[in-house]
Amino acid sequence: MKPFGIVRSIVTPLDRVNIDTDQIVPKQFLKLIQKSGFGQYLFFDWRYETDGKPKKDFVLNDLQYKNSKILLVRDNFGCGSSREHAVWALQDYGFQVIVSTSFADIFYSNCFKNGVLPIRVNEQTLQKLFSTKSEIEVDLERQIIWVNAITIPFDIEAHWKKVLLEGLDDIAVTLKHEDKILKYEKAQENSKFRIS
Amino acid sequence: MLNITEKILARASGKSKVSPGDVVFVNVDKVMVHDVSGPGVIAVFEKLRKSGMKIEKLWDPDKVWVAEDHFVPAADKISAQNVVLLTNFTKQFGIKKHFKYGMGQYGICHTLSHEEAMVLPGEVYVGGDSHTNTTGALGAFAAGLGHTDVAYVMLNGKIWFKIPETLYFKLNGKLPDYVMAKDFILKIIGDIGTDGAAYNTMQFGGTGISEMSVEERLTLTNMSTEAGAKSGIIEPDQKLRDYLAARGATKYNEVHGDADAQYKKVYEYEASELEPIVAKPFSPENTVVARELSSIDLDKAYIGSCTGAKLEDLRAVAKILKGRTVKIRTEILPAAISIFRKAMDEGLLKIFMDAGVVVGPPTCGACCGAHMGVLAKDEVCISTTNRNFPGRMGHIESKTYLASPLVTAASAVTGKITDPRDLK
Repeated sequence: MKPFGIVRSIVTPLDRVNIDTDQIVPKQFLKLIQKSGFGQYLFFDWRYETDGKPKKDFVLNDLQYKNSKILLVRDNFGCGSSREHAVWALQDYGFQVIVSTSFADIFYSNCFKNGVLPIRVNEQTLQKLFSTKSEIEVDLERQIIWVNAITIPFDIEAHWKKVLLEGLDDIAVTLKHEDKILKYEKAQENSKFRIS
Repeated sequence: MLNITEKILARASGKSKVSPGDVVFVNVDKVMVHDVSGPGVIAVFEKLRKSGMKIEKLWDPDKVWVAEDHFVPAADKISAQNVVLLTNFTKQFGIKKHFKYGMGQYGICHTLSHEEAMVLPGEVYVGGDSHTNTTGALGAFAAGLGHTDVAYVMLNGKIWFKIPETLYFKLNGKLPDYVMAKDFILKIIGDIGTDGAAYNTMQFGGTGISEMSVEERLTLTNMSTEAGAKSGIIEPDQKLRDYLAARGATKYNEVHGDADAQYKKVYEYEASELEPIVAKPFSPENTVVARELSSIDLDKAYIGSCTGAKLEDLRAVAKILKGRTVKIRTEILPAAISIFRKAMDEGLLKIFMDAGVVVGPPTCGACCGAHMGVLAKDEVCISTTNRNFPGRMGHIESKTYLASPLVTAASAVTGKITDPRDLK
């Protein structure tokens, strides 16, 4: 994964609570197994009429948000099915940051595996972001959101911050240490204190 | 001091004590993928291969098992291809436990986890599906993961967990007639909300749980997911031991919480006060008592899924349907072939067919709105399943009401949402 840099963009306001992963990527696209290209299915049923035409009143179809990299949503975003396709779609579409008051657990973790930064903020901050029309800046290194010359700090677990900033891939990182792991496991096998 | 979840995770991470909030690296005992998360994991492997990593073997193929459930019978060419992909995957890595559609026992992964005793008390079990929580009713730590995390476990046999805090739901007394575990869990979700247990474990206990069968308990842990829980769990007892023994599993290391175990919060419910409950569209927290919805006209009744198509669910449905006929389109899909067979041996299938119901093969198909009987625009369904988000069971403008097998069957008979106690 690419190291996560400063993200500067206008925000896409999607003013809904409890958006579940089936709204993010409907089930009919789960059969597809490539990791890329899911962006076209993002919020599919909200985004398109049954005849395939874009729905005029849906925020993603509003041209002013076309190049937005930051998605604003309400409470409990990403609930429901654990499908990682949801994050693949958001990332492929171009969203690098998602801001909400809360995220569903598995979705939250899936974000970091795919280089997407989910930021939890309080209700007041979220409201402020929903009402801004100008570009905002998200600086993960300094853990701040910069909006209209105001800096708003946010919390993030140190481990996840490191993963994103360094563009680390969980699996790749561990396998780099394969020698040490194998040595350790060998030692465990010979130990009567083996944990099974 | 420690509750069952803390004890399991302490043991699996080689520690004598853990506290909520600690991050531990735990040894996983079993990992599962199905025909959606499996191809997802394969995609992650492909990406790693492209980046130059060699992936020739899994950590332990005997601890990995595979189910075909979401898109079987193959919904279309792509899903047929995914099953081939999954088959090649299990062959390549020497995974022996692959429950294949059309070859004896198969079914919904969470149902197989208990029907086949794939997971045992005290174990750490992870799966590529959010309802992996179900299996916690076997006294195991069971949690769902995304594809990347599952891929990681398959290669390393370990995963990070933050020790969750536990919410304890205590049920006092035996559930009254016509009230099922489904009503209890819907009541809880209505009370605490769909994120009421976010990153917490939901533990169920009390005399009401001791009285409850293992299959009913599985409904509680299954739907802990709908309250946002990391996991759901119930301590092992003699009922569980008997259940597992009937499935050939007698050797395992049970874990029990200490007498002075700590919980974040304890919720108490009196069983005698519970009633049949229904969750209205479009959220499992949108609950009311079934009687308040008696004017709602229905197009379909669905009895299926990991939540609502276990053998006892089917027995409950048969109790209502015996000697009656259905007024709306009704489908019953046992959650596994073993359950299908028992339903046949007990004469339940005859009752269903005499009632005019169509009985189908185990699949997640219609529950997740993928295939095998999805809803049209504006259609209204009552269902024994676990989710009723917009479009969950078909068209985005269809509606699903979640209910117990008894309420669903009674509603199938009348064509309106019906409390089974009011059925004439």
